[in-house]
Amino acid sequence: MTPEFKGLLLAAVVKIVVVFSVINVGVMLIIWQERRQSAFVQDRRGPNRVGPFGLLQSVADGVKNFMKEETYPAAADRILFLLAPVMAFIPAMLGFAVIPFASPWPGFDFAMPVLGRFVSAGVVPMVMADLPVGFLFVLAITSIGVYGIVLAGWSSNSKYAFLGGLRAGAQMISYEIAMGMSLIAVIILVGNVTLSEVIGRQQDSMWFIFPLLIGFFIFMVSAFAETNRLPFDLPETESELVAGYHTEYSSMKFSMFFIAEYSNMITASALMAALFFGGWDIPFTTWDEGDPSVVKSLVTMVVFGLKTWLFLSLFIQIRWTLPRFRFDQLMHLGWKFLLPLALGYIMMIATTVWALDALGVAFGIRYALVLFGANIVLSYGLFWVLDRDRLFGGSRPGNKRRIA
Amino acid sequence: MAIGVKIMQRPEGQLSYVRATVKGLALTVSHLFQRKVTMQYPEQKETADWKLSDRWRGTHRMLTDEQGRAKCVACGLCPQVCPANCIKLVAGEDEEGNRYPLIYDIDEFRCVFCGYCQEVCPEEAIHVGVDYENAEYQRERFVYDLERLCSQTHPVSTLWDPADPKGE
Repeated sequence: MTPEFKGLLLAAVVKIVVVFSVINVGVMLIIWQERRQSAFVQDRRGPNRVGPFGLLQSVADGVKNFMKEETYPAAADRILFLLAPVMAFIPAMLGFAVIPFASPWPGFDFAMPVLGRFVSAGVVPMVMADLPVGFLFVLAITSIGVYGIVLAGWSSNSKYAFLGGLRAGAQMISYEIAMGMSLIAVIILVGNVTLSEVIGRQQDSMWFIFPLLIGFFIFMVSAFAETNRLPFDLPETESELVAGYHTEYSSMKFSMFFIAEYSNMITASALMAALFFGGWDIPFTTWDEGDPSVVKSLVTMVVFGLKTWLFLSLFIQIRWTLPRFRFDQLMHLGWKFLLPLALGYIMMIATTVWALDALGVAFGIRYALVLFGANIVLSYGLFWVLDRDRLFGGSRPGNKRRIA
Repeated sequence: MAIGVKIMQRPEGQLSYVRATVKGLALTVSHLFQRKVTMQYPEQKETADWKLSDRWRGTHRMLTDEQGRAKCVACGLCPQVCPANCIKLVAGEDEEGNRYPLIYDIDEFRCVFCGYCQEVCPEEAIHVGVDYENAEYQRERFVYDLERLCSQTHPVSTLWDPADPKGE
């Protein structure tokens, strides 16, 4: 093996191990945070017994789940029933692979006693795989995740699980479209789909939350639906479907769905941070964009973690803020509101970008501010003029309700 | 529309999803910083606004006299009045003709904690107590014998509020 190949291998293995363990520990902590935050919203205290502040609660739950009996419904399809949690779990873990989580690590060149010399080819990008397909990979992988849920629903041979699985399938398809459409605006601005490119573009101008405000709104709503979080957790609606697609699952198999849901949340949050909030970029400074150094990598990693965590907290807070949608309302929102909105938005962004390019404005802060202005105008139209009742065929007296 | 769904006629200000979401978020976030109401039980047994009532009727306690003997004179009123039939009393008599309980067992499992035994006792010997932490590892341990009843230290229940004897 050449030292370069060994260097590549070492970097890849270390990144994979670190990211995988960080995600899993993160899932553990975010479950704890969810329970604590839920409790705080309800003026309770939440789990605070196991370990300091109850931090080890998830570990205790994990041990409990390993100990519990595995139940198999008599009429279940054994093979698919076993396969489903795995099929939900693996894509959830894979999605993070293309998300850059820190500024590049400086190149290394060192020798170890037995293993020999390790050389990196230039700087090491802090992303598990900087695929040319970029964030499309995340969209593709998260869509695969729904197979696990649909199969879980079908193979359980229970009507509740089945309905939950169907709902998950329908919901995923509906919101995938709006999500993909909202990201086309990003592609228009960046001209590329790799996330390192996206982050670089944001450093050149400003975070895409400003020029793509509405796009972010669409993406966020779709991300809530994609990760089956409230107010869109129709696949598990405990008030109507017992526990939805994982009704028949017990012990660790249930835990795998649970972990998959939370790692999907982490991936979605990280994606939002990377696409619209500058990824690992530290605002108001260009220090992090200079020559790579270890300190920069570590600091930007922390910054990226913070941004991701903010979105995770928002996920949890929204859960206790909005009531669950009814299924027809969910479909209505997806197909009749978000999809047309996303399409119109692409038109608007494309037109503005075309006009700016025609005027010869160079890509930069001014460019982004113009787009931001266009977004403000559109959001004013959306949220204050059109608002709910006309968009949703709402309930203003004298208005014919348009929900069929 | 398949079935007749009732359509709420809401005022203008309540129609917006966005406004509703923002208002809701403000509310839930404000609750994050509010005082928590949970009592931390094993460490904290009473709070400023909640304490166990003095009239709580829990596991029994037998009071003793100066010599450390049970005050009970084995009159037999408590097993007589007990609706759950949980008191077992075998009376004995010493040389001076004083009656005392040879066996005095209370089955706390059968007891309904009505407090009649305390009310009927002419010697103020048997009492229900202000106590609720009485878990055991064996069922047999729930039959309290005389020695155990005498060695309980928790406060005894007041049958009524002395300031308000008629319960007004």
